[in-house]
Amino acid sequence: MSYSGFRILREALRGHRGWRPLWRDPEPQSEYDIIIVGGGGHGLATAYYLAKVFGQARVAVLEKGWLGSGNIGRNTTIIRSNYLLPGNQPFYEFSMKLWEGLEQDFNLNAMVSQRGVLNLYHSDGQRDAYRRRGNAMILSGADAELLDRDQVRAMYPFLNFDNARFPIRGGLLQRRGGTARHDGVAWGYARGADRRGVDIIQNCEVTGFVIENGVCRGVETSRGTIRARKTGVAVAGSTGRVMAKAGMRLPIESFVLQAFVTEGLKPCLDGVITFGAGHFYVSQSDKGGLVFGGDLDAYNSYAQRGNLPVMEDVAEGGMALMPMIGRARLLRSWGGIMDMSMDGSPIIDRTPVEGLYLNAGWCYGGFKATPASGYCFAHLLAKDAPHETATAFRLDRFETGHVIDEKGVGAQPNLH
Amino acid sequence: MLIPHPLLGPRDAQEFTYLGDARLIDRPDGMAEGAGAAFHDYLYLRDNPAGPHRELWYHEHGDRSWLVVTRDTTTHEILGAELVKGPGR
Repeated sequence: MSYSGFRILREALRGHRGWRPLWRDPEPQSEYDIIIVGGGGHGLATAYYLAKVFGQARVAVLEKGWLGSGNIGRNTTIIRSNYLLPGNQPFYEFSMKLWEGLEQDFNLNAMVSQRGVLNLYHSDGQRDAYRRRGNAMILSGADAELLDRDQVRAMYPFLNFDNARFPIRGGLLQRRGGTARHDGVAWGYARGADRRGVDIIQNCEVTGFVIENGVCRGVETSRGTIRARKTGVAVAGSTGRVMAKAGMRLPIESFVLQAFVTEGLKPCLDGVITFGAGHFYVSQSDKGGLVFGGDLDAYNSYAQRGNLPVMEDVAEGGMALMPMIGRARLLRSWGGIMDMSMDGSPIIDRTPVEGLYLNAGWCYGGFKATPASGYCFAHLLAKDAPHETATAFRLDRFETGHVIDEKGVGAQPNLH
Repeated sequence: MLIPHPLLGPRDAQEFTYLGDARLIDRPDGMAEGAGAAFHDYLYLRDNPAGPHRELWYHEHGDRSWLVVTRDTTTHEILGAELVKGPGR
């Protein structure tokens, strides 16, 4: 189904009874070429690019719950490509470029808004680190501008510039960064994949893998056995649980990350701001709510809800950065399960089981990566070779010592 | 969350810092054959269970003891806590 001004007018006159689902609800077939486990952002994007770019038609996406019910519906919608390390930054810049053409590509309004992402710095050392990061971004083809205090003040006069401990000295601005409508992203990919013949099968839980002589031949599901030449797993926070069914232990722990939104306010914050002295990031949604978040709850969790101490910590960060936030009332908070990897960077790779592929370890950064993650995973599944921007995301990098640790904190997932 | 400290009674989890899976206690022998692979598994690989999880908490703002806390990762319910037993303790 497609939308147009004429269609809206017609439906308005007919009591909106003519709208139809955007995708089919097919019965699973007994065999496919490729199965994607997980119908979230990354899984749907993978199916979309498999069908559209790599010409794979016999593809199924299996989703335990309903489409887009995981972290694609539970994030703070920020898109950016402001990483430092050569293993990461070209990948995220590739993702940024896909974001820029996404709506035209799948012909759905995902409300991609390049409103600018500003990372504040509060000391000379932090400024130097951001200058280096900005240069790394520019080398990868991204944009970056180092702003001084007066330039930041001109953009956001309401920030607390005279915080006694952490005065704002300036910021690193990526103007091409911004936000996107998270559900629209899932819907656009789902409709695009469905139209190209991909079966999106909801309420279909994978209960095991069909592994014969060390080769994965498909999956056992709550709706029967489905065979496939290749199986790709993209289940984010559930990665540990699902891959345990293939007998695999992974360099991943699951944690809950909370996010918050205030009541709707008049437009007051037109970009994305991150606090450099604490962990706090904020933007304003198109409905007017301030959307913000901070640290993980620091212990393993699958609970999709966090606890009060982290809420307090996030609120303190917000008050230190922009005291006016204290006037807004909190409307909702929610939690999503993060697949925290041991170096804070993702994995898009084959596994020791032939025919079984893994896309995981997205930590906090899964949403912005959605287009490139799908594209690169599709590339790997279709061609059995990594995409040129994703060659560093290997599962065995911890064994070989090629970790990609942006923060340099080591194998302590709750610190990444 | 309240952690039932075996010596001090129920304590706010905020007094503790979290390290991770209690299997980190079982450090491999660095001199043994195949120590490299053993240390890779020890340092990087996790069971990451959904359900009861035995994990290490350090009572930093308290008596500085290490506890093994058993906690359900799907509900955050704490099922028990004991002092870490090891050499010299």
